[in-house]
Amino acid sequence: MSYQSMEEAQVRCEKEGIQFWKAVQLEDAKERDVTEEASWKEMKRMWQAMSDGLDAYEPELMSRSRMVGREGGLMDAYREAGDTLCGDFMAKVMSNALKMGCNNACMKRIVAAPTAGACGVMPAVLVTYYREYDVPEEKMIEALYVAAGIGQIIANRAYLAGASGGCQAEVGSGSGMAAAAICHVKGGDTAKIGHACAMALKNLMGLVCDPVGGLVEVPCVKRNVGGAFNAIAAADMALAGIESQIPVDQVIDAMKEVGDKMDVSLRETGFGGVAASVKAAEIVKRMNM
Amino acid sequence: MASIFDILGPVMVGPSSSHTAGAARIGMVARQLFGRQPRKATVYLHGSFAATGKGHGTDRALIAGLLGMKPDDMRIPESFEVAKEEGMEFSIAEKEIKEAHPNTAQVIMEAEGVNPMKVQAYSIGGGRIRVCKVDGIDVNFSGESNTLIIRNVDEPGMIKEVAAALSNAQINIATMQVFRDKRGGYAIMVVETDQIVPEEAMKELESKKGIIRVKFLVAN
Repeated sequence: MSYQSMEEAQVRCEKEGIQFWKAVQLEDAKERDVTEEASWKEMKRMWQAMSDGLDAYEPELMSRSRMVGREGGLMDAYREAGDTLCGDFMAKVMSNALKMGCNNACMKRIVAAPTAGACGVMPAVLVTYYREYDVPEEKMIEALYVAAGIGQIIANRAYLAGASGGCQAEVGSGSGMAAAAICHVKGGDTAKIGHACAMALKNLMGLVCDPVGGLVEVPCVKRNVGGAFNAIAAADMALAGIESQIPVDQVIDAMKEVGDKMDVSLRETGFGGVAASVKAAEIVKRMNM
Repeated sequence: MASIFDILGPVMVGPSSSHTAGAARIGMVARQLFGRQPRKATVYLHGSFAATGKGHGTDRALIAGLLGMKPDDMRIPESFEVAKEEGMEFSIAEKEIKEAHPNTAQVIMEAEGVNPMKVQAYSIGGGRIRVCKVDGIDVNFSGESNTLIIRNVDEPGMIKEVAAALSNAQINIATMQVFRDKRGGYAIMVVETDQIVPEEAMKELESKKGIIRVKFLVAN
């Protein structure tokens, strides 16, 4: 049985004197009836696929609709010129989020985390950090367990699909997972991991799913940047000792309530938000020609 | 219950776990049920698969699956060209299917020397699918476990025969479902097993009176 709440997981961690990632791994091994080594190997495969995915980006490739594809390359060039507002590291995070989003739209290989639409958030935060700083690969794989454990709690209490709960459930959840993961990498304990996740989720609560033409392109690709930035900000806040006044489990419940109240036009139907704009209608008309 | 690798994963070719990865899986499971690469495939897309399938590569993913490609196969975007090279004829059309899930596909497969087969399945998100019809008979399975599919005549004693053959081969049954079109008509048994069903047990089952076809899908 996977964890129904962060509280439940935290109780186990304290009782057994283990870290959160280990608690997630032990549950996975038990649930799928595999060894801890086999579970680790599978998680390492996810890590490798994220990393390889970033390297497979082609700046000249465009999606079939031609709405997205070049953003990653443009951001790279801008960063290399050395005059960004947000600094070199965050510009790399931005590039990588865009690259994975574009890869997904261009039918390249990605890791759904938690979904294909939000596939850029986790690698943008984690792979970028790994390549920039001296940190052992094992730590990053532990971080993926942290993210997956958080994602599972969200899935158990709320949802991870835009069609069910809007983009807050996709990029929002991805951002909460990434915040928790990078917080672990930086030495945050289970409590801090929870705060990082809670703050990331709250910042994106209410985010709607409004894909133009129903395609995972606009605004999805750029929203991955929002999710990645938000994750890093939330993790830094938690590491600074800032706490979420609302516990993460209750934030997830609130996200579910907001998703349930969200009009169906704002849940991946392509009938609301920017998908319902005049320009979106023009784009859809052009695509169908 | 979703495992952590449903949350973090699958590794897949974009852009959509339901419309691309799920579609590839539908093609792949249909091919496994048919037991070979079809010479000719006719694909119908319903609902959201029909409406946004093209932009999501649903059409290419389905054909890729029929060619035996997995959802993370980099050749999915070029599946139409691969089908041509490998001599698999195909056609894709939109179709309104009554009371079907919005992400439904119907696949009719043909090949020399065997009866054609019709499979209907839908994609439930996260790259996971449910097969809901085989040759017009309602079924319900995912293909995520080892699955034995037996087509038989609806008459007394058939379940006993299957249970005995599996018991002899030391195979443990995890779940078992029985479906039929009408009393005394055709039936389908879907048996999920903990172990791989060996070739001999399959042959034994096929030799039984009343059993028409036996197929085994290895968990994937």
